[in-house]
Amino acid sequence: MMRLAAFCEGVWEFVVGDDWRTAVGVVFALALTALLADAAIAAWWVMPPAVVGLLALSIRRAARDNSRRGASRRNAESAAGRF
Amino acid sequence: MSGAEAGLAASVFLACTVEAVEALTIVLAVGATRSWSSAMSGVGAAALALAAIVAALGPALTSLPIDVLRVLVGGLLMIFGLQWLRKAILRAAGVKAKHDELQIFDEEAKAARAARGRRAGLDGYAFTVAFKGVLLEGLEVAFIVLTFGANQHHVALAAAAAGLAVLLVVAAGAAARAPLARVPENTMKFAVGVMLTSFGTFWGTEGAGAGWPGGDAALLAIIPVVLVAAIAMAWMLGQSMGAEPTEDVALSAAVGSDPGMSG
Repeated sequence: MMRLAAFCEGVWEFVVGDDWRTAVGVVFALALTALLADAAIAAWWVMPPAVVGLLALSIRRAARDNSRRGASRRNAESAAGRF
Repeated sequence: MSGAEAGLAASVFLACTVEAVEALTIVLAVGATRSWSSAMSGVGAAALALAAIVAALGPALTSLPIDVLRVLVGGLLMIFGLQWLRKAILRAAGVKAKHDELQIFDEEAKAARAARGRRAGLDGYAFTVAFKGVLLEGLEVAFIVLTFGANQHHVALAAAAAGLAVLLVVAAGAAARAPLARVPENTMKFAVGVMLTSFGTFWGTEGAGAGWPGGDAALLAIIPVVLVAAIAMAWMLGQSMGAEPTEDVALSAAVGSDPGMSG
């Protein structure tokens, strides 16, 4: 059971990586494309802006996380310097 | 060879070159410090495992109905490609540390020297580290070979492109007798990310039931759109971080040169 859980975790990490929101966004965009196509509405335009938007949001999150980590490291360093 | 087939071969070749360079560093480190024969045994075992994965999953994927295959492969390629592109952009903008093959070689060699259990015969440490290194780096390539190859019904072409990349990297590594630190890994990862994302967008949309204006020619518009958007993001992020993203991606794209950053 532990091995199965570790395997599933490995597959998740391998395919989805460290930003699951991007994977969810891709699935949503594909579903919207399928819905529009099913209703005989042109749907080719959905994916390109979705992909660019998802990439921009993912990078924004990563940059924000990075600056937060940098700020907390600077705080810790200045606290250590004070004492 | 059609445009899509050329794109397939180029993407697999680039992806495999990058991963082979990373695997080579690990194998060189344990081979040079522990045992070449054990390290090479680990490489052989990992190569067999990867070939078995491709041989087992390839026919299974190609037997799927074309629309199911396209939406599945398209979705996975987009998720995978966006991961590659995201990391490449973060590295180009200076947010994420770049891959330094020389530093990784030194760390691996230091760990190999410190590890116990060196004796005559098969060195378990060298075998295991080489096996894991090649298997883990190779899995990403196997995934790309399978998804691209199955969708185009050209698993053999994708596997040949991957094999050629491995041969070239091994030959270069054998000639240099050192990690290939000058290979522009991040630029290559950036290119692979653009290709995976673009092909994923194209196939995913078709698999979901929508048709592209112009058919296959739409790829000639999708790839530049993704490329320009990614370069713009790297540049803007670099500006906001106060770094120089141009050194790695934007400049090399603009002037056609590559400063040789690792990815």
